[in-house]
Amino acid sequence: MKIVVLVKAVPNPTGTPEIGEGFRLKREGVELALDPGDEYGVELGLQLAEQTGGEVTYVSMGPAGATAAVRRALSMGGDRAVLVTDPALAGADALATARVLAAAVGRQPFDLVIAGAESTDGYTGTLPMAVAELLGVASASFARRVELRDGAIRLERQTADGYDVVECPLPAVLTVTAGVASPRYPTLKGIMQAKQKPFEQLTVADLGLSAEEVAATQTVERVDAAPERGRGELVQDAGDGAARIAEFLAEAKVI
Amino acid sequence: MDFDLTEEQESFRRTVREFAEEVVRPRAVEFDRTGEFPLDIVRRMGELGLFGIPFPEEWDGQGADLTTLCLAIEELGRVDSSVAITLEAGVGLGAMPIFLFGTQEQKRRWLPPLCRGEALGAFGLTEPGGGSDAGATRTTARLEGGEWVIDGSKAFITNSGTAITSLVIVTAVTGERPDGRKEISAIVVPAGTPGLTVGPSYRKLGWHASDTHELTFSNCRVPEDHLLGERGKGFSQFLRILDGGRVAIAALAVGLTQGCLDESVSYARERTAFGRPIGAFQALQFKLADMRVAVETARLATYRAAWLRDRGRPFTAEALIAKLHASEVAVAAAREAVQVHGGSGYIDDVPVARFYRDAKILEIGEGTSEIQRLLIARDLGLPDARS
Repeated sequence: MKIVVLVKAVPNPTGTPEIGEGFRLKREGVELALDPGDEYGVELGLQLAEQTGGEVTYVSMGPAGATAAVRRALSMGGDRAVLVTDPALAGADALATARVLAAAVGRQPFDLVIAGAESTDGYTGTLPMAVAELLGVASASFARRVELRDGAIRLERQTADGYDVVECPLPAVLTVTAGVASPRYPTLKGIMQAKQKPFEQLTVADLGLSAEEVAATQTVERVDAAPERGRGELVQDAGDGAARIAEFLAEAKVI
Repeated sequence: MDFDLTEEQESFRRTVREFAEEVVRPRAVEFDRTGEFPLDIVRRMGELGLFGIPFPEEWDGQGADLTTLCLAIEELGRVDSSVAITLEAGVGLGAMPIFLFGTQEQKRRWLPPLCRGEALGAFGLTEPGGGSDAGATRTTARLEGGEWVIDGSKAFITNSGTAITSLVIVTAVTGERPDGRKEISAIVVPAGTPGLTVGPSYRKLGWHASDTHELTFSNCRVPEDHLLGERGKGFSQFLRILDGGRVAIAALAVGLTQGCLDESVSYARERTAFGRPIGAFQALQFKLADMRVAVETARLATYRAAWLRDRGRPFTAEALIAKLHASEVAVAAAREAVQVHGGSGYIDDVPVARFYRDAKILEIGEGTSEIQRLLIARDLGLPDARS
C-alpha cells in the first residue's frame, strides 16, 4: 500500500508563535518543530504500512528550515520525504498550499493520503479536503479509528455526539484525530537512519505550477488576542452542591 | 575544539526528554511512594533502544557510544533518578561486562535480550562485609565436577530481583595467586539458579523505585562455562567496568542537578513574598547562579570523560573527577533547591524533596567520594599508604 502523510513544520508548538510582517506567523529564524497533531497521522501511516508491507512518503511545504521537522517524521519511520520550499510560497493561504501539496502528492501513484484534522498554527482545517478535491479522490475526516477492507477503509468518524462508521473507497484523503493512534518515539537507530533516507526538495517550478497558481487570494487584515476565559463559577457546597452541579450540567445540555 | 553534539545526538536528547516528561514524570510520585519497580516504563525504554545504546547492532544494540548513553541518563535523571539508575546499572553493570569480557558464545546467549531491554542483568560486587575494599571479597567459587559452586553473599545489588532479571554477574574468590593474594573471578549466575536467594527489597532513603536486594549464594551451582572472561581477572575487570560506570553516574548527577535548577527557577518566578517574586531577591538569585555554575561544570567534566572513552583514550582520572564533582554538586544543589522551595520543598510529592533524598547515594554508589579522592590523589603520583 502506498501511503502519503502530509506533515508540517510549525513554529514553537508548545508556546505562542510570533506574528511577523503582514500578520503572518514568523517561520524564519525561529525553531520549527513537527506539528504535534501530525504525529498521529504519521503513526497511523506507519502502522498501515507495517500491516500491508507498504511504504510511507511524507509530503510537506515550508521554509528551508523545515527539514529538521520533516526528518523527525522520518526518524519515527517511513521511506522518503518531499519538501516543497520556494520563496514564492511565503504567505501562501490554504488554497495555494493545497495546490502545491496536491501537485507534489500527485507525482506518484498513491492509495491513501493521511493528514491531521488541522494544523497547530493555522487551524483552518480546510486544507486536506481541498487537496482531495484537487486530486479528484474521495475524502473522509476526523477518523478516530481506521481499518483496512479490501480496496477501502472503514473508519470511525468523530462527531459531536459520538461517532459515525464510514466506509470510503481508495484512493482517498483521510484526516485523523488525536485518538487514532499513539505516536511512537523515534529510536536512536531511527534517528540515525533518517539521515540516510531520500529527502527531495522541490520548487514551485519543479511541480509545473506558475506563480499565479500559488499566489495567496486571502489576506489577513487584523489579528486580535483571544478573549480571556472567565474564572468560572465557584459553587460553595452548602449541602446542595451535587444538585447544583447537576443543574449546571443539565443547563449546558451535557446530561 | 568542538563542544557541539552531533545533529543525531541532539535529536535523540530531545526524544529522551519528551519521553521523560510525558511518560516518566506523571508516574514519578507514584513510584517514589510505592517503591514498585516501573516494569512497563522499563519495557518502553527498551523499545526506545535505551538499553542497547553503546553496543553494536549485531547484538541488537544501537551502535552508539558512552556520550549518547550519558545523554539518555542525564535526561531521565532530570526527572526521575530511579528510572535513570535502572538504565545506568542495566547497561553499565549488567550488559557491559558480558560485552567486554564474554566469549562469542556467552554474548550470543545473554547479550541480545539485555540490549533490547527485555531482560536486565546485575553485577554483584559489594558484600555485606565490605564495599570499597573489593580485595576483601569473601564469596567463594570452587570448581567441582564441571560446575562452579558458589557460596557467600552480596549487598545492595541493583536490578537483581526484577521480574525480568535474567542474570547476576558475581565476583568470587576462586583461589590464591602466586603472591598469596586472592584470585578473584567473575561468574554469571542466571536468575532462578537453585542456591541463589534474592532477599527482600531494602527500605532506602531514596531511589525508591530502583530494584535493590541482598543476594545469598548457598551451594549455588552453574556450569563451568559461566566463568566470564579469564579466571583470576575479576579484579581488573571490575575496575574497568567502574571507569565507565562512574561517568554514567556523573551523568545521572548532572541530570538531577539540572532538575533542581529547573524546578528552582520556575518556583522562584512564581512564588511571591513581600510583593515580589522571590526570584527578584539576590539571596535567591545567588543560589540559582551557583546552581547553574555547578551543573555546567559538572556537565563539562562528565562529557569530556565520556568523549575520551569514546575515542579509545585513557579516561580513568577524568571519570573519577567527573563522578566526584558531579555527585557532590548534585547533593549541594538538592539541598539548596529545597531551601529555595521553603516549606513546600519539604513535602514529599514535590520533585525537589525527592531529589534531596535521591541525591545522597550519588556520593556513595560506584565508589564513595572518599575513594574517588584517594584514587585521584594516587593518580598524582603520591605515595600509597599501604606500601
